[in-house]
Amino acid sequence: MVQTINGWLRKVPASWPLYIGVSFWAGWVFYRGATGALGPNPVEALEHEYGQLAIKLLILGLAVTPLRKWTGITLLRFRRAIGVSAFFLVLAHFTVWAVLDVQRLAGVWADIVKRPYITIGMAALLLLIPLGVTSNNWSIRKLGRRWRVLHRLVYPAAILAALHYVWLVKGFELEPYIYMAVILVLLAARVDWSRRLAPIFGTSRA
Amino acid sequence: LGMGMPGRAEAQDNEELVPNSFEDLTSYNNYYEFGTGKRDPADNAAALDTSDWTITVDGLVDNPGQYTVSELLDGLTPEERIYRFRCVEAWSAVVPWNGVELADVLAPLGIQDGARYVAFETVVQPENMIGVRRQVIPFPYVEGLRLDEAMHPLTLLATGLYGEPMPNQNGAPIRLVVPWKYGFKSIKSIVRISLVEEEPPATWNVINAREYGFYSNVNPNVSHPRWSQAEEREIGGGLFAAKKPTLMFNGYEDEVASLYDGMDLQEFF
Repeated sequence: MVQTINGWLRKVPASWPLYIGVSFWAGWVFYRGATGALGPNPVEALEHEYGQLAIKLLILGLAVTPLRKWTGITLLRFRRAIGVSAFFLVLAHFTVWAVLDVQRLAGVWADIVKRPYITIGMAALLLLIPLGVTSNNWSIRKLGRRWRVLHRLVYPAAILAALHYVWLVKGFELEPYIYMAVILVLLAARVDWSRRLAPIFGTSRA
Repeated sequence: LGMGMPGRAEAQDNEELVPNSFEDLTSYNNYYEFGTGKRDPADNAAALDTSDWTITVDGLVDNPGQYTVSELLDGLTPEERIYRFRCVEAWSAVVPWNGVELADVLAPLGIQDGARYVAFETVVQPENMIGVRRQVIPFPYVEGLRLDEAMHPLTLLATGLYGEPMPNQNGAPIRLVVPWKYGFKSIKSIVRISLVEEEPPATWNVINAREYGFYSNVNPNVSHPRWSQAEEREIGGGLFAAKKPTLMFNGYEDEVASLYDGMDLQEFF
């Protein structure tokens, strides 16, 4: 079963279908916003659409390793395209916010400095920039082991992105907490808990 | 209706108020009892049961009791008032309400001397309200006004918009409209009106007093801790519309500023 899925996945091109799909989707949502199909406040709707898909793709990227560990299904070939697409949507989310929502450079800066949930979102974006820039074969070769270390920046970036969402809503909404919980589970899955916990329990016996 | 009517476009900027479309006003709402998304009330509020609606009037009044809407509005004729509507989330609209002045409803109830505030409560119908079942905020939703705010001629009890009976998602069958305050003060689907002595609880103030004051007057100079209130986005303007500056007291400064003479509006926000 797993082998069938992996065999099928190997036949799918690694990047261009996702790039085309995400670009087309982003353009389509923008078109819907511009033509009134996203309701009376299309700026807010567009901001949320881009932001939500960005965090979903970040989660999908973080899920690749645990998914292989737990099920044997490997999406490793797609991970770069998933990450780059997520980065693209984070930029789109930021651009809509800055250009169509806030509309003034001074206002953008003021919000980043003054509003914690925006500061956090901005921090997540900044953390993702070096990852976006080094998502190419040349950088991987050039950076060697350091590339893997560098790309662990996606862990804090994902947590900050979820926190940005949790902090943004009024009242108690489940959805941002679900994103946060899934991200924490996917990060926890990377830790070798038996090795981490052994010394603690080993010494606490005394 | 006359141009001299208070609240009708005689604001500082002299701009004629152009109401948003019925579609805009009924598809973009905050009514957390029906979900937190802006479209949720339009999608879910059909379940609201407005039959046999009664409003409990109690507290410091000579004539407490349970009133139907028509009993409460007995002898009053709803008039159209085109008001700015400014949400605390920094979007705004222009709404042609149909309603009566709250003062005209309260006066015949016999307000007693000790009454200093008016408290309001929204209906709770858990079986019909998906947001109530999810407990996104505490319910019932409650709000309050100081008595002089409640008696101000701009303050309405609205029963309709665009000449239609109040749509469910806008707070059928009867709601408050206080145009110089952030929209959440204008409590929907009212089932209780109480004349009280002490400042009554107001839901968002109870949830987060740092972010939502009891007064919640529209004020471009007092930021919400998470966003600026200096500007607003008019809904229905499309993707590329420029934001516009928010007006003090939402443009009703001439009419209502005197209510707050001597008060520090930074402190009593």
